[in-house]
Amino acid sequence: MDRRSLLTASAVLAAPRIASAQVAARTLRFVPQSNLASIDPVWSTAVIVRNHGLMIYDTLFGLDAALQPRHQMAAGHEVSSDGLTWTIGLREGLRFHDGAPVRSADCIASINRWSKRDVLGQRLGTLLDEMRAESDTRFTIRLKRPWAGLSWALGKPSANMCAIMPERVAQTDPFTQITDATGSGPYSFRRDLFRPGDVAVYERFAGYRSREEPSDFLAGAKPVHFDRVEWRVMPDPATASAALQNNEADWWETPLPDLLPVLRRHREIIVERVNAFGNLGVLRFNFLHPPFNNVAVRRALLPAIDQRAFMDAAIGTDTALSHVPAGCFTPGSPLANDEGLSVLTGPRSLDAAKAALAASGYRGERVAMMSASDLPVLQNLSEVAADMMRRIGFNVDFQAMDWGTQIQRRASRNGVDQGGWSAFCTTWEGLDVSVPGSHQPLRGNGANAWSGWPESPRLEALRDAWFEAPDIAAEQVIARQMQAIAWDEVPFIPLGQVLPPQAYRRSITGVVKGGPALFWGVRRA
Amino acid sequence: MFAYVVRRVLATIPVMGLVALFVFSLLYLAPGDPAAVIAGDQATPQDVERIRASLGLDRPYLVRFGEWFFRILQGDLGLSIFTNLPVTTMIAQRIEPTLSLMILTLILAISIAVPMGVIAAWKQGTLIDRAVMGFAVLGFSVPVFVVGYVLAYIFALELDWLPVQGYTPFARGFVPWLQNLILPAIALGGVYIALIARITRATMLEVLQQDYIRTARAKGANQSSILFLHALKNAAVPIVTVIGIGIALLIGGAVVTESVFAIPGLGRLTVDAILRRDYPVIQGVVLLFSFVYVLVNLAIDLAYTLFDPRIRY
Repeated sequence: MDRRSLLTASAVLAAPRIASAQVAARTLRFVPQSNLASIDPVWSTAVIVRNHGLMIYDTLFGLDAALQPRHQMAAGHEVSSDGLTWTIGLREGLRFHDGAPVRSADCIASINRWSKRDVLGQRLGTLLDEMRAESDTRFTIRLKRPWAGLSWALGKPSANMCAIMPERVAQTDPFTQITDATGSGPYSFRRDLFRPGDVAVYERFAGYRSREEPSDFLAGAKPVHFDRVEWRVMPDPATASAALQNNEADWWETPLPDLLPVLRRHREIIVERVNAFGNLGVLRFNFLHPPFNNVAVRRALLPAIDQRAFMDAAIGTDTALSHVPAGCFTPGSPLANDEGLSVLTGPRSLDAAKAALAASGYRGERVAMMSASDLPVLQNLSEVAADMMRRIGFNVDFQAMDWGTQIQRRASRNGVDQGGWSAFCTTWEGLDVSVPGSHQPLRGNGANAWSGWPESPRLEALRDAWFEAPDIAAEQVIARQMQAIAWDEVPFIPLGQVLPPQAYRRSITGVVKGGPALFWGVRRA
Repeated sequence: MFAYVVRRVLATIPVMGLVALFVFSLLYLAPGDPAAVIAGDQATPQDVERIRASLGLDRPYLVRFGEWFFRILQGDLGLSIFTNLPVTTMIAQRIEPTLSLMILTLILAISIAVPMGVIAAWKQGTLIDRAVMGFAVLGFSVPVFVVGYVLAYIFALELDWLPVQGYTPFARGFVPWLQNLILPAIALGGVYIALIARITRATMLEVLQQDYIRTARAKGANQSSILFLHALKNAAVPIVTVIGIGIALLIGGAVVTESVFAIPGLGRLTVDAILRRDYPVIQGVVLLFSFVYVLVNLAIDLAYTLFDPRIRY
């Protein structure tokens, strides 16, 4: 064989591998936090489904890194002088993945469906007079009362997001899951390749019309640098860690704290915080039954709460992975404040808590403390809470169960002896609890409230006032007042802010900081 | 024989009916509510009720069971509550990896464990025998996930010979298929190898004491012929029985192995469905596993006739 033939043969043999490597280079292999079970971000409140929604759907407004709403699909908007009529114009050239143009009718149908499920959407539902298409690219929302926060609500990324879908899809009953995943976002969803529990495949949407402004969290341009993104579900953290180290994955959304030292030591892996708002730890009480129907008993816990101990148990002793002190609103968000925070930052004293409990009228009633044993962060928070309660004299019945069972048990309004509960620990996504509108632990609407069902007319009145606050300064005043009431009525106790990091290969650059894993701007170096 | 097979196949129908009733009732009584999981924390009790109604979970037990059972008779396992996909589609997507894993594990386990057991019996009391029995104790004692992690660490992370996780369909080539499955099969096969090796040794020890073995030796038959033709064939019935019973071990072990090696099989599908209370999926998978187990038992019963002509049906 001569030299030329040898080179030709080598090139032919190498060609498939080179082609395969090129395809791999244009594919991002992402390990998501959990299994994508549903594809409808309006029907499901799961964070993973919201993240899926951010890939394939666009929103009328998008929040910037300061959580201020900016135009996204909207080219602009006008609010009438009485604040009752919002007129929103759509950008030119917006298209769905099936090539159809995005029309006002699609937006109206999508807002309508969203307003039946989302907590802020339901607020819009109560205020809405009518929505009307002025043209294919311009529509109006007429309210019965002004609501300055409408653009925030339409752009908020927390579940449920107001995803703009084609009218035919958005006409699906809001309590029934959609089957058509046509969106207008930067990626399209390959439903034919979707294997729940294994892989979800997204492809770059060539027809996506990005904004001109620079990327700013969920606002501005959404440039896509990968042809394909594969979400590969790996239920075992050790396997995900090994896959990242072995270059079988590019990006792992939720590395286990125990594995962070290994990942940090790896030359090719970067571990850093991407989500600025993280999650707020919450200790929640049942207001319907003893002992926590007694406000003095709830208050008795405050001197014993050591947020650092809760955070160390939840995510480890690396203080970069959590933040204390944390008040009622997500630290770092515009409404976070220090009103009355000394109840959690002053000297911690079990003796003071014991004395307060003794004076509260607590008669040794059983405290059924539920713990979701399949979610390590929640389990660890519950263990610390139960230990603290025992040490100050509560009769604690620690009940470990899986998350699915806890969700159902939480809905029970029976007494502890009839299968009810007394307290549990959980976390809320930082964006949810950054404003009163979606802050469920801070609501006081009794029978309709989140599990625990506190009744607090004062908190409800302030929440209503927040919806009508004219500016951020007014919102901050309201937030301070709400926090002051929270220390008085104790609807829940904040346990600190969990700030889980993400891990990705050094070859991945341009990861958008601020919130959940986003797939625009990111590229392979 | 044919009539026996037909009778046994027909007998699976009431068995499957009972399994269906048991699985459905168990899930009906189990705590957890998929509507509450779907609705999330922002939902009102009315929202949860509407979701429950849309999923048909608010109807009486007998109505739900009757509808489900009638659909099963038509080969329809229903739709997943969460993914809205037909359960049959989800099972079809997942069956190849699990089947591949179990077949490879079976092949590996039998081809390693039977010779090990035979040799241990032949060399009873020697170092080889002790080593085999030591291995068997180790195989029983070390959990599947520990073996899995150790294998992945050595062969994937340290030596970089094999991938850590995933599955490549057989249609894309035997070598990539094997590369993905060899470590999981070894991890899953540990307990199985230990079980078969111990039973093979014990049965062989008994058979090797028989008069006809002494006669074979007296006639000058060579050692391998005595061990593998005369003795092993007569020891085969209990060994085959254990192999059959061990299929249940494999099904259970596959759940853990598939999680550790991120293999998208039926085991993981089952765990995911249980955690979310996706009732149609749980029911479908459990029915399938039960059906497979019934068929495996039938196959084992029929295999007896191959090894012992005195057994007739």
